[in-house]
Amino acid sequence: MIRQEFSRVDPKRRAALDHRKKQFATPAFQNVEYKHRLNFYATPPTADITLEQFEQWAIDRLRVLAELEACSFRNKSPAETATHMKPLLDKYLPLSSSTSGSTALQAERQKDHYSHFILRLAFASTEDLRRRFSRVESMLFRLRFQADDVRERMAFVEGLNLEWETVSDEERREFAEELRAAGGGYPKRIEEESYFKVDWIRVPELVESRRVFLKAGKAYVPGREQLSMVVAEFTSRLDKALELTSRALPRLDEDDRLTPILTHLSQNFTTPDANYSSSATALPGADISARNHRHPFLLLPPLHAEPAPFTPSRRASQAFRPSTIHVISQRHWPEPRRMFEYRYNVRHTYGDVGGDSNRRGGGYSPFSCQKILTEHPPGPGEAHGCPYRHFSIDNLTALLQNVGVKDQEVLRGVKEDKEKTKFHLACNRVFEYVHKQEIKKVKDDGTWGASQLETIVHPNEYFKRSYMLKNMGKNPVETEGDVKMEG
Amino acid sequence: MPHSVSPANSGTPDQVQDDMVVEPQPQAENGETPNTASPENPVVVNTEPENGITQGDEVADQDMAMEDVGVQGEKVLESAVKEESKLEVKLEDLFADVESDEEFPSSNALNVKPSSPPEAPSSPVHVGPASKPSDSDVMRSFYQRLFPWRHLFQWLNHSPTPSTDFGHREFAFTLQNDAYLRYQSFPTSDLLRKDVLRLMPSRFEIGPVYTTNPRDRKTLRKSSAFKPLAKEICFDIDLTDYDDIRTCCDKANICNKCWQFITMAVKVIDVALRDDFGFKHILWVYSGRRGAHAWVCDKKARFLDDQKRRAIAGYLEVIKGGAQSGKRVNVKRPLHPHVARSLEVLKSHFQTDILHDQDPWETDEKFDRLLQLLPDKTLNEALRKKWSSAPGRASTSKWADIDALAKSGASKTLDAKALLEAKQDIVLEYTYPRLDIEVSKHLNHLLKSPFVVHPGTGRVCVPINTKDLESFDPLEVPTVTELLGEIDEWTPPEGEKEEKAVQDWEKTSLKPYVEYFRSFVVALMKDEKDVKIKREREENAADAMEF
Repeated sequence: MIRQEFSRVDPKRRAALDHRKKQFATPAFQNVEYKHRLNFYATPPTADITLEQFEQWAIDRLRVLAELEACSFRNKSPAETATHMKPLLDKYLPLSSSTSGSTALQAERQKDHYSHFILRLAFASTEDLRRRFSRVESMLFRLRFQADDVRERMAFVEGLNLEWETVSDEERREFAEELRAAGGGYPKRIEEESYFKVDWIRVPELVESRRVFLKAGKAYVPGREQLSMVVAEFTSRLDKALELTSRALPRLDEDDRLTPILTHLSQNFTTPDANYSSSATALPGADISARNHRHPFLLLPPLHAEPAPFTPSRRASQAFRPSTIHVISQRHWPEPRRMFEYRYNVRHTYGDVGGDSNRRGGGYSPFSCQKILTEHPPGPGEAHGCPYRHFSIDNLTALLQNVGVKDQEVLRGVKEDKEKTKFHLACNRVFEYVHKQEIKKVKDDGTWGASQLETIVHPNEYFKRSYMLKNMGKNPVETEGDVKMEG
Repeated sequence: MPHSVSPANSGTPDQVQDDMVVEPQPQAENGETPNTASPENPVVVNTEPENGITQGDEVADQDMAMEDVGVQGEKVLESAVKEESKLEVKLEDLFADVESDEEFPSSNALNVKPSSPPEAPSSPVHVGPASKPSDSDVMRSFYQRLFPWRHLFQWLNHSPTPSTDFGHREFAFTLQNDAYLRYQSFPTSDLLRKDVLRLMPSRFEIGPVYTTNPRDRKTLRKSSAFKPLAKEICFDIDLTDYDDIRTCCDKANICNKCWQFITMAVKVIDVALRDDFGFKHILWVYSGRRGAHAWVCDKKARFLDDQKRRAIAGYLEVIKGGAQSGKRVNVKRPLHPHVARSLEVLKSHFQTDILHDQDPWETDEKFDRLLQLLPDKTLNEALRKKWSSAPGRASTSKWADIDALAKSGASKTLDAKALLEAKQDIVLEYTYPRLDIEVSKHLNHLLKSPFVVHPGTGRVCVPINTKDLESFDPLEVPTVTELLGEIDEWTPPEGEKEEKAVQDWEKTSLKPYVEYFRSFVVALMKDEKDVKIKREREENAADAMEF
């Protein structure tokens, strides 16, 4: 079946017009009128904008997307993300509802529309960027979709021509019993839920698990499943469009007006993971060794246990997380013959040694908090991971008390954070407690800006910041030289 | 049609196809008397699959023997020879794993046949009472005179003119020596028929339509370009899956009592496919011994990918887990409309066919299984006591006892709702269709063709008309030897003109089945045609818009 690609302008349409009538016909390329607050970004923009607008709009959108991504890294719940994003969205990418009567309505929507397409150009180049872009754009869409007025949302969904059919009240009443049964007994009153009919092929997962009512090849999908279907549709269309854009990109063959902006944009959209280029992490003379315990941090591989032989995969997974403060006590020291291996592991997890050093970035990039929290939880016999995530609350409290965090207030906060699965918050809470004085000092001095004090999302950042705070005013090179080693 | 690269078969399939199209409608079933077929027969015998691997001399012989057939025939034969020389390659494709079916016991014993070529069958087919269904002349007569090739072709081709729907369809032959020949394909039904007569497979199976001709699959530059495109959604219900609950027979044996399991299954699946999924063209086929297959032939169904097939299979699957997994029915409450409807259909069957006929909880160890499925411990103890004291109490009474004791207050902690749900689950466990779900999940699964003969029983795999499903009796299904006898016994009815050709199948008890199949195929083709016309109209309309 040949389907008209929605992002392309029908080539025949232009030629079909009689040239004599052309001047009176409505132009195919015209300013789009934005009927809905939401946008599926199906038609590319065609009007002219200035270069400044081009850059500014893109940067504004990028700010929003980057923050959104950070929210997901911090494991924020949808509700929290929404509250967190609201001021940012209002500032950089406001979108008023159609009923607001705002004069800037069309301008706002135009900005949203255009900035999306600019970023699409910027992020279509590599598979990795495409995936991230479509992920955050889908998040943004979901966020806005949820915030949208119910009536406007319905109008928008209907305007999408998704071949959905709203189930009439009559029909809904007729099948009330079946619909409720298929929904696992919900809703109690059939009027509380709106339903729409789609071809069952569109919702195979719902069919497979018998979560929808089927009749004559149509699935009656309840409204609460609508969101995920619309977002799924949005994502799949965007993925397809990005693929097309990436193929068209070489043809852009453009002068030096847009290309530098686009490259610049895509470079600034990087994961915290990749942020740790060697130059960023290099602390002059700060040797990442365990004996350097004047700035305390925690090593998670339980050293008092018999260390198993380190295999590369084990090592890679043993993300040492300096984010907990643990003054290494003597009894935790490995015996001397293990010392080299031990130091190697510490440096390895920090990303200093190991891996394929010929690779870009010189080997594995050290795991970010996000990665440690979400991937590869420690299995039986393994002891890596984040203590806030992978320890039971009792063990965690004991551990914290062991390393000198005895303040009940902090411990309770950590416990609450853990229960809400806000592991990074717990971690930062402890960090702030332990470095209370130093942080106060740098704040008072004004030597550290706000950006240097924001939430830590990478273990290396934790260490770096801790190191810098504890060594304030000192020349770091003075640290003991005897533990230096060449990996 | 993609042109193959290898010289071995370059061009020939095309030529053959052209020839076949030019030819006047060949005498598929009607005109062909055994006499016209006789020049071929020595060839057919020579290439018995037993010596299918050593082809060298016989190929030459064939050519000699066929010299008088004429140019067209020669071309056709040529391709047949080519295909045969390819056969050596094909024999590598013995898929042992596909043949795990114990339904078809090895036919090795039958293989020790007299090597003397049988006489060309002359019009009366002499089938002694001793002749086995798998005897090659019995099978040859069946394939020549009774098998509805044209209907089969139209069924898979969806139109009278040969298309890739049929041409790219995979057929797989199980030869008499149990060799399994995959990736066979044929441009027309006549070529399929010819090859079947040449190889005399004990049965053949139908696979998916591929992106290219399955015979050309190795000539493709990218192996990933050879993909299955479409196939009917198939369901396979087999009575062996019911062995733990059927008491009348086991293994390969069936009787009318246990056939009721299949009847219930067909009812439940058929109504779900029609009402829920909106499919119209569902062909149920008796599998020849103790099961039934469903072919969902709607265009929409044929083009579903594996994920969607899995979705259907999952939707229909209620009984999960093996014998050891305890309670096997775990359905959500309230019951999904499909489950609720199935339960409604199955309830009456449960009373008559299960409780009365199967009597599944007759003995002590058997009613243990029932008690395991009931939720209330005290009630169970009371029941156990009652039933142990009265050995041989019928299942119907036992089933009634559950409610009776529950009402009399044998257990104070009794949760009436839980008991009701448990009872519903038991009804489902004992009656709900047990599908061989793997068959339905995959696009490229092969399934035995309708109308082939089951090698073990000799019964023809006839379609089952769901309208008189209740009256279908698997033991009444004609066997191949009976059918051949019926041809001989047939006398033209009085008063009819002699000229009117009566096809052989019309003379036999196969007639109603073929007629049902024909009406099914006609309805299917009509729907396909409508879609085509509609699309053309739409295209025309779109063209008109351009100007």
